[in-house]
Parts: sequence; C-alpha cells; structure tokens
Amino acid sequence: MTAHPSPATTLDGGLSGRGNTRIGVVTFPGSLDDQDALRAVKLAGAEPVSLWHRDKDLRQVDAVVLPGGFSYGDYLRCGAIARFSPIMEMIIEGAKQGLPVLGICNGFQILCESHLLPGALTRNDHLHFICRDQKLRIENASTAWTADYQQGQEITVPLKNGEGGYVADERTLDMLEAEGRVVARYLDLNPNGSRRDIAGITNEAGNVVGLMPHPEHAVEPLTGPTTEGLGFFTSILKQLVKA
Amino acid sequence: MTLDTVKNAEQTPDTSLPWAELGLKPDEYERITAILGRRPTGAELAMYSVMWSEHCSYKSSKVHLRQFGEKAPESTAMLVGIGENAGVVDVGQGYAVTFKVESHNHPSYIEPYQGAATGVGGIVRDILAMGARPVAVMDPLRFGDPHEADTKRVAHGVVAGIGGYGNCLGLPNIGGEVVFDACYQGNPLVNALCVGVMKHEDIHLAKASGPGNKVILYGARTGGDGIGGVSVLASETFESTGPTKRPAVQVGDPFQEKLLIECTLEIFREKLVVGIQDLGGAGLSCATSELASAGTGGMRIELDTVPLRDATLSPEEILMSESQERMCAVVEPHNVDRFLEICEKWDVIATVIGEVTDGDRLEIYWHGEQIVDVPPRTVAHEGPVYERPYARPEWQDALQGDDAGKLPRPATGAELRDALLRLVGSPNQASKSWITDQYDRYVLGNTVLAQPEDSGMVRIDEETNLGVAVATDGNGRYAKLDPYAGAQLALAEAYRNVAATGARPLAVSDCLNFGSPEDPAVMWQFAEATRGLADACQVLGTPVTGGNVSLYNQTGQTAIHPTPVVAVLGVIDDVTRRTPMAFAEEGQLIYLLGETREEFGGSAWSQVDHGHLGGLPPKVDLEQEKLLAEILISGSRDGMIDAAHDLSDGGLAQALVESCLKGGKGARVVVPEGQDAFVTLFSESAGRAIVSVPRSEELRFTDMCRARGLAATRIGVVDGEVLDVQGQFSVPLAELRQAHEAAIPALLG
Repeated sequence: MTAHPSPATTLDGGLSGRGNTRIGVVTFPGSLDDQDALRAVKLAGAEPVSLWHRDKDLRQVDAVVLPGGFSYGDYLRCGAIARFSPIMEMIIEGAKQGLPVLGICNGFQILCESHLLPGALTRNDHLHFICRDQKLRIENASTAWTADYQQGQEITVPLKNGEGGYVADERTLDMLEAEGRVVARYLDLNPNGSRRDIAGITNEAGNVVGLMPHPEHAVEPLTGPTTEGLGFFTSILKQLVKA
Repeated sequence: MTLDTVKNAEQTPDTSLPWAELGLKPDEYERITAILGRRPTGAELAMYSVMWSEHCSYKSSKVHLRQFGEKAPESTAMLVGIGENAGVVDVGQGYAVTFKVESHNHPSYIEPYQGAATGVGGIVRDILAMGARPVAVMDPLRFGDPHEADTKRVAHGVVAGIGGYGNCLGLPNIGGEVVFDACYQGNPLVNALCVGVMKHEDIHLAKASGPGNKVILYGARTGGDGIGGVSVLASETFESTGPTKRPAVQVGDPFQEKLLIECTLEIFREKLVVGIQDLGGAGLSCATSELASAGTGGMRIELDTVPLRDATLSPEEILMSESQERMCAVVEPHNVDRFLEICEKWDVIATVIGEVTDGDRLEIYWHGEQIVDVPPRTVAHEGPVYERPYARPEWQDALQGDDAGKLPRPATGAELRDALLRLVGSPNQASKSWITDQYDRYVLGNTVLAQPEDSGMVRIDEETNLGVAVATDGNGRYAKLDPYAGAQLALAEAYRNVAATGARPLAVSDCLNFGSPEDPAVMWQFAEATRGLADACQVLGTPVTGGNVSLYNQTGQTAIHPTPVVAVLGVIDDVTRRTPMAFAEEGQLIYLLGETREEFGGSAWSQVDHGHLGGLPPKVDLEQEKLLAEILISGSRDGMIDAAHDLSDGGLAQALVESCLKGGKGARVVVPEGQDAFVTLFSESAGRAIVSVPRSEELRFTDMCRARGLAATRIGVVDGEVLDVQGQFSVPLAELRQAHEAAIPALLG
C-alpha cells in the first residue's frame, strides 16, 4: 500500500553500509520527541547524531531534525526562545546554504520563529490539546524530505499539538499554493483550524520542511498507527546518498 | 516579628502557639511538648503539624494498612516494599519497575487545573526518586453528575491540567478511568499513577547516611504556594463556609520538572548520590526529616540558604511550602562539584543547604540561630496512630436488601436494543476519547497499547521486546454495597485487564479514597476494603508495593462512595505478542470465557435505566480469576487468540460493542441455549472475558480451556458492519458509534 520502502529494503539497498550519512537531532531544554526522531533516523538506515542546544558546531551532520516538544516550556511563544539558542545560529546559516532541515511540531514552530518558513502556528481553534491518528495527503513529493512519497499519496501518522493552527496572510498562502510549497494537507478533519488545511510547508529551495504531525511516531508497526511516517527519513537519506 | 529560636522556646514556656489552627489535636500537641521536653518553636510546630497530618502520617489508616505487609504473598519479584517513595518489582533481564498511584483529590476541587497538574508532577517525582526513568502515566478520575454545571468546571480543569503538565513532561498517558457519579459532586477524585524503569543496580533510597555528606536542594525556588496543603486541605472535610483555600494549592511548572528529570537521571548515571528524596506534600519538613530519620539520624540545615521566590517568607513558611519541582539529595563531598555542574548544564538551581552530622538530631538554623532541634524519627516515622472506632452502618442491611433483580427488565428484542443503546451512550459507558485525546499517548515511542485498551502497555527494551502492562480499576458502587467484595472486585478487574492483554500480573499499588475517618461508618468501609484487598492479594499472589490513602473526601455529612482504586502491574516477555481488544478479522470466532450468573447489584444497567443502587455486587471467585488469567496469557503467548476484552460494567453487551467499534467490524452473536438474553447481555458476573479465535486455532484453544476447566462458550463470529444478536435485534455499527462517541462531547464539550 505504501510507496516508500520498509527499513529492511533500505538496508538491502546498502545505504546504511556507507555509515556516513549523519542526521542530527537537536535537544533543546523541553524537547520531548528527540529520542523518537533519533530512533526513526536509525530505522531509516542513517546514523543518528544527538545535538545539544548549546553546541557551537553541527558535528558534520548532513541534515538536521528539530523535534517536537515544548522547548523552553513554550514560554513567551512556542519556539520563540529556542530560535535564539546557539545551535540555531548555525542551523539558520546552514539552511540558507541548502542544509536539509525538518522541523516537526515544535520544530515547525521554531522554523517559523526563525523566519526560515513563512507564517506562524497558533492555538488550536477548539482550544484543546489534541492527540489523534491523522490522515494527510502529500502535496509535494519533490522536497528533500518527501521524495520517497508519491505525489498525492495519503498517509496516516499521529498528530499531537496544542498550538498547531497554521496561519499566514492571504498573499502568503496564495504564494505557497502557487509555488507548490504546501507539503502536506489534512484530510477528513482539520484538527486545529489550520488555514487551507495546511499540515506542512517547505521553503523555496525545498530543503527546509516544517510539519505539524509526527512522522517519527509512525515508523514501527508495534507502536505506530502505521509505518507511513518513515518515508520522511528514507527520503532524506536517499537524497543525501545521491548527492 | 522576633525569631522563635530554640533558646527562646526554652525561656518562654507559656507562649501560646496556633497548634489548633495548624490542624493538631490537643493530645498531639501535648505529645510534641513531651518529646521535646519544652514547648516547640514555631518552626518545629510547623514541621510536626504537616508531618503528623492525616495525609503524611496515615494516623487513621496505619493499623489497617499493616495487613498489606502481614498478609503479603510470597513473591520473588519484590525488590523494595512498602514505605519507600514507591515499591520496586523485578521484571527480569536485569530490569526493575517501580509504580505507584496517588491522590490529589482536594486540591483538584479547589483549583482543578493546578490540582491535577501537580498531582501528575508529584507522582512522577516519587518514581524518579527511586532511581527510575518515568516512562508512562495514567489517571483514574471520578467526577460528579455530568449534568451539573460545576462538573464541567472541574472536569475541564482536571483534564487540561493533566494534559498540560503530562504532555509537556513528555510522558505518554496510557490509561486510567473516568467515572461520573453524583456522590463525587463536591469531592472529585483525581488519582495519578506513574511507572518508571531502571536496572536493578540503579535503585535509590531516601536516606541520609555518612556524616559530612552534603545535603543539596535542587530544582525550583521555594515560594509561598501550597503552604499547609497536606494539613489544611487534604486532611479536613470541606465546609461550605470559611476562608478560601486556594493559596494552599501548589502551582506547577512542567518545564522545570522536565529539566529536573533529565538532570536527575544524569546524576544517577554518574552515581553521585547517597540518598535522594523528592519534595512533595509537607515540602522541606518532610524531605529533611525523612532523609535523616531513615539514615543515621543527624542532620544540620542552614535554612536561610534555601533559594526563595519571595524573600519575605518566614522560616516556618519555608519549611511548610509545597512548591513543586524540587528534590533533595545527599552527596559525598567529593561529588558535590560534579553534581552542581550537571545541574548547571540543565539550568537547574542547586544549593548545598546542610550536611549529615554524626548526632541523632535534626537541627535547623536561620542566620546562625537554632530554630529546630528534634529527633527526626518523631517527626517522620513515629507520628500518632489512631485506632478509630468503626461500625457497620445500620443502613447497610437495607441497601443490600434492595435487590436489583426486582427491577423491571427489557423483555423484547426491541427493548433490549434500546437498553443497549442507552447503556453504551451513558456517561460512564460512553467513549472517553474526548478526554483521552487531550493526552499525548505516543511520546517516547514505546507505547504498545493505550486507552481504551484493557491495560496500557509499554516496551521497556527495544532489543528484547520486554514490556510492562498496567491497569487501574475501581467501582465505588460495588464497594458501597459491600466494601470487602468491592475492593476485591477492583483488584480482580485490574488483574483481569492486565492478563487480557497477555501480560502476567505481578504486583499491586492502591489509592484508597474514602470519606471522614471520624465517621465510624466510613471507618468500617475502610477497614472492610483494606481487609478485602489484602486477602485477595494473598490469593492472587500479587503483593501491594505501596500506594496512598485519601480520607476526608466528604462534604458536610455526606461521604463519597468508598472508592478503592487498584492498579496492577504485569510483565510481558515479548510485546509483539500482546493481545489488543479490537475485533479485527472477519470470520474469527467469538468465545465467552467464564460463567454468567444473574448479577445486577451495582450494575451499569441498574444505574442507567433505573438510577438504582442496591443488592449485592457480583460474586468474587479469585481462583476462577487466576484460571482465566492463565488461559488469556497462554492464548496470547501461543498465538491462539487475536483479541481479548474483559467483561466488567455493562457486561457482555458493553464488551461486544467496544471490541466491534475498536476494530470497525461487526459481530453475529447467539444467546447460548437455555440462557436468558437479558442476563447474558447485561449481567456483570466477574471472572469473564471475550476472545476472538482464528478458526485454525479453535480446537487447540477449546482443548486448552477444557483441560484446565474453564468454561468457554462459542457465542458468535466477527462479521459485517452490524452487531446482530440472533432472534433479538441488530444495530448497525454506525448507530452504535454515534451513541458511544457523541455522549461525552455533548456533556462536556
């Protein structure tokens, strides 16, 4: 049913044999899904590298994941404080040079606060935190993080957020649509009031992706509703190996 | 205001102190002066008042709780028993698991959000203090009548508080219960459970030994919140008049707690502590006196070194404050620098506030002047013990005589159908996803099963697939009818729920929620429930490892239903073998395990259709429970069953609907020959479960049941999109789903 390969076939493909594709996951104070993101990276066949928010170098990683959680307690505004941590200086600089960056949930919020992505994430319209298995449609299968999906493919991965409503002004929304920069859209139910059902977007170059749902929680049949989230991590691996 | 030093207390024996306002009784105050040989100082009085409160000292319950130790079954799994922050159980492969359920009832009524949030925070620190990484939480909740406006206030705040704190900590919420009953209107129950995992060698205990070792307070600054929480709030009956008690509720900061967890785990990894204690109820009074009391006895604290949020706090207030997110560690001098370094890394404030001495007194100083000089055991472990009078209430006979069997029953297929829809759409039997969807169940990536499954299950080793399962249950209606049987039924249900998912039950934690111990009828309920639970734990071979007692859950003269909530922990060697509750495959055979009797006392049907509570609860047969559990565990391990769901409130009807809706598959069911359709569907006989069996496994499964002597009746097949009870009625799943899922949002949303 799913288009992306399972971890086993990835390994068969010999990608992990190179052992030199390093994907970093940043732990901020209050990061929660960092271990999950590291696990997903490993299952995809890349080498997971833990990065600490105070680090002043990126330890030669080839790509970076900003995981979910409540960095700095989400005080002031989600992602607003994390954006100023030492490691973000390098990530912002790197992203501008083409470093692939995936921000999941709180990571998406940090990317918006960093102005690497337009718009902002606001309080869910129903005012409650929500945790559910969410159906999505992949709207852009050509970014660094979605190349393993088919254009228009439908996947189900967990969603869990209190402030996941994506907002931007109409002109920006129109631009995102026109340039194909909406990466994923909510299907069946819009869980948080996001404009135009937007679940994820990318920057102009396609190396930076922000996503509100959690693909790292859908990488094992035992613990996830599906394994359809793995594609984000296998996509980047293929991309990097090709390059 | 002059400082009340020890010297001052000696010189001014006639100064009157506000001991009554602090919740102490005259004879308790007498005892304090006898222990000290003088009047206590203000600071000493503060310490004794909080530590001798009902909440901390268990003074009314102690004599009954002893049975949990005296009757404890032989168990090789117990590594640490009752008395520490939480019990510890061996689950194999070098792993140990600690778990405990606690109450935060009173604060959650006064200030639902913070009350519930800090309830989660407190239990998580208890688990952390044992040396374990917290891996999951659960919340058994009781609210008032869902149609009352105030219930909405409490439920919204409690659910948001649990979510707000727990989600932000990054701990999956994997189960619990939500029950509504008018008896909880002014006394909601907010119980919180946490599970933690460690290696055997990582177990830490709360004791201060080794003179010269430093006492380090770390975590949040101390503020004026939660002063007297345990004595003023948790140990008194609510009255409608009187001053507001909100200042006695603590305020939580989950971000600080998350840092505290990671910081503490790193400190453990480097083996930097001799003893450790979290600061919960009774704050520094509790932590210093318990650490000293469990160690060699001597400790000296410089109280003015405690970092404060509010510089105007008096020493008494600092000792009583229940500010959250604080821990106290005893550290050898050569490890102090490294300890402080790790705290700095996590932006956690840490301060050396004193040291272990070679004496046997706990001495506390304030800017060089001694304000406390006490034997710590008298504060922490040798508080008053009461043999409260108890008596079976005179109304108990009439209640039990009011047999639910006499109530008018649905007779026709159409009436049964209507009764079923009313049942699955009633507040207690309806889907609770509106609540549980506000909790993160995925974080950490090890959640194998979560609500509404029979038990929550987490993987604890990614290489071997070792896992643990936990279920919490309690039925206040059963316990009101018969507290002895009610407590046993709560245990039996949790035990059954753990086995239904394929895990082997190992140990028990309990949260005993009752009314005022000063009422002999309530005390009788408490005595009966503890005796019942201790007896049943003995038969099932599952020792009580710890827990909590919450008394004074009453408003004026009206107590809540006696509500013992029981948590059972089980182990499963291979989580990929777990049994979910959903009917997932068409054509599989549905078997009913166990025997159905005509039992309607305390049943969901009697509540939903008649608003009735009377008669006797279902019969308890613990040998039958053990047998059923063995079958469920074997069936799971050997791949004979694909789904299992325990039968409890709402009986077979409720269980069938839940398994159908979870899997999105219907069922065709036949009432067994010679049985009454209503009794078959709605009776709540204990010791039962339904399972779905692949056809290829049917013979093997039924042979096993026959050989071991467990009744197994084939009642139907998984099929279609309708629940069809042959010859009686059929309901499309869509209609069932609407009734089941719309009810709670309509009431609370």
